[in-house]
Amino acid sequence: MDIFLQQIINGLVQGSIYALVALGYTMVYGIMGLINFAHGEVVMIGTLVTITVAGTLIKAGMPVALAALAGLTVSVLSCMALGWSLERIAYRPLRNAPRLTPLITAIGMSIVLQNLAMIVWGRNYMTFPPLLPKINFEFAGAHFTLIQVIIVLISGATMAGLLFLIYRTKLGMAMRATSQNPAVASLMGVNINRVIAAAFVIGSALGAVAGVMVGTYYEIAHYQMGFMLGLKAFTAAVLGGIGNLAGAMLGGVLLGIIEALGAGYIGDLTGGFLGSHYQDIFAFIVLIVVLMFKPSGLFGEKTGDRA
Amino acid sequence: MQAKLSVVALSVVAAFALSACGQKEEPKPVAAPAPAAKPEVVVKIGHVAPMTGPQAHLGKDNENGARLAIEDLNAQALEIGGAKVKFELIGEDDQADPKQGSIVAQKLVDAKVNGVIGHLNSGTTIPASKLYFDAGIPQISGSATNPKYTQQGFKTAFRVMANDVQQGKVLGEFAAKQGVKTVAIVDDRTAYGQGLADEFKKAAEAAGLKVVATEYTNDKATDFKAILTKIKSTKAELVFYGGMDAQGGPMVKQMKELGIKAKFLGGDGVCTPEFMKLGGEASEGQFCSLPGMPLEKLAKGPEFKDRFTKKFNAEIQLYAPYLYDAVMVMADSMKRANSVESAKYLPEVGKTKYDGVTALIEFDELGDLKGGAISLYQYKGGKLEYVETLGGTPLEAAKAEVKEAVAEVKDAAKAVAGAATTAGAEAVKAGAEAVKGAAEATKAAVEKK
Repeated sequence: MDIFLQQIINGLVQGSIYALVALGYTMVYGIMGLINFAHGEVVMIGTLVTITVAGTLIKAGMPVALAALAGLTVSVLSCMALGWSLERIAYRPLRNAPRLTPLITAIGMSIVLQNLAMIVWGRNYMTFPPLLPKINFEFAGAHFTLIQVIIVLISGATMAGLLFLIYRTKLGMAMRATSQNPAVASLMGVNINRVIAAAFVIGSALGAVAGVMVGTYYEIAHYQMGFMLGLKAFTAAVLGGIGNLAGAMLGGVLLGIIEALGAGYIGDLTGGFLGSHYQDIFAFIVLIVVLMFKPSGLFGEKTGDRA
Repeated sequence: MQAKLSVVALSVVAAFALSACGQKEEPKPVAAPAPAAKPEVVVKIGHVAPMTGPQAHLGKDNENGARLAIEDLNAQALEIGGAKVKFELIGEDDQADPKQGSIVAQKLVDAKVNGVIGHLNSGTTIPASKLYFDAGIPQISGSATNPKYTQQGFKTAFRVMANDVQQGKVLGEFAAKQGVKTVAIVDDRTAYGQGLADEFKKAAEAAGLKVVATEYTNDKATDFKAILTKIKSTKAELVFYGGMDAQGGPMVKQMKELGIKAKFLGGDGVCTPEFMKLGGEASEGQFCSLPGMPLEKLAKGPEFKDRFTKKFNAEIQLYAPYLYDAVMVMADSMKRANSVESAKYLPEVGKTKYDGVTALIEFDELGDLKGGAISLYQYKGGKLEYVETLGGTPLEAAKAEVKEAVAEVKDAAKAVAGAATTAGAEAVKAGAEAVKGAAEATKAAVEKK
């Protein structure tokens, strides 16, 4: 039983990370119907910026908590700037182009960012400075750490914050309007350029937060870390119904737990025929089945009501 | 949509790759026979390793090793076949991906390189070796340890490092010596990781250990908690990992976080400074193995290390000395054949007897290094500490032991001399005994040989 609980905790934490990243995908998709494939790279840059800033400050003798805060702030700000420039350079000029075109620039931007990061930060794995005290908890034989608790809490809080933003603020209303019909929204006096830029900026800020969480959790970072993470988060967003915030959250957590249980039990269930390297099969079988019966994902609505 | 997407992605990638090719195009060998000067021939040596991706740090390390050799060769101003030769390194990136490995291999074949050094990973080396064989281009790998590489019957394939049959066997026996009864095995499903894990399993079972779990990950993963939790439930006393440092480091850290007290053991892929950096304090006290002898114990080792660190301002990660030797063996064969043509110097590669940085290099009929030794190391205080050398020709091991014993004798003699001048006869007697002891050790070592 303690093993089962441990696997659930593993999955929950992993899933919360997916969810945090997935929120960024879903936010942009919800408003523009565009899959921002460079989002994983934004997460990566957020992590690497934090390493540089916090690492340097800690070395310079600043208290860890203060350095962590400074690192987080700089990373969020630079990712916001990055998100804004991405939209401005790669997506805005193509807003009226066929849907495949911005998809390709997105993939292009992702490759460009990866290579830029490789030039700036090098090819080596980087160790993330320990920003949080290592506190271990044990509950019914399962181990977990403070950072794991924080990850789950932050992803929950972020989703709640976003829901509040979308449904309770003026900007949110403008976003929903833009999502439904950009042309009409702009006729009603909504500055859609600003709204879309805001979506990118907010999504990227979330990406930076996710990056810091991932970095603190695994304590390693690498210029290619964004790729797989982005892919999994994208899957999570689709599973939950892309464009839906609660769906991204649920999809992420579900994907994480399925993966953990898959890795933990697939060998026993199949009598050793399939090993733990088939854990992704579980996740994708679930994805396929869900999409067969609910093509718009678990929480996705049939109509074009996005965000 | 999904299919379309991947087609699009592929074409984007291909476009990038193509543009990269365009830039890296090397000039054709300039055989400009100026009337006054001797003709100069450019010898193109291809080098392949992952220069991007999770193993990029190892790829760079390999390339640096090869580059150092190329520069040394050019400094020697060699003449082969009556012409001045200039060696040129053509570096390619295979991303540790077998598909990409074959693509760049074909590229090197098309560029008519004189020889190939690499690849880094067994998974990329094995499929690429067929292309080199078909084109008759000699290939020497300094790091592909999967036995299959040289067992395919390709007479162009050589390696200057012990293979995984030898390494897995030593690791299995070593695990048994640690006093554990049950082991869990994890591998990364690459040709290297899987091959090493299989050999380890055979040896561990032969030594009476029980394999209680076999789990898998991949060479890009960062999270191992799910498989480690499962391993925890089996109460294994030792976890063996067949894979690279980029996964091994985080894995050992996550073992600690999950409260797993089992020991950790790995092969050459995790025997790097990077592993300790990534594993942090969790790597303390764990063991790993490396083919060959530690650099410090080799005649040319320390000098090589100094030169490497000075030149590239970087620590040697792993295989750089082997890559250096691989290039040197190739050049040496060209010298002996007095030709830089692949077909002409290939037969000479097999007859190599070259005293390299890492070992006295001789190949067996398959192209494997003769009598490759395996050394075990322990991570201690952020350093790799040498434990012992197992396997290999008794000659090599004995040589090292003799050397150590000789050094001891020398030290003792020094002590005697020191003692004689300062203290009385008693001290001399003690010193003489020390000499005797050391001499006996020498004798024993020689006898062992």
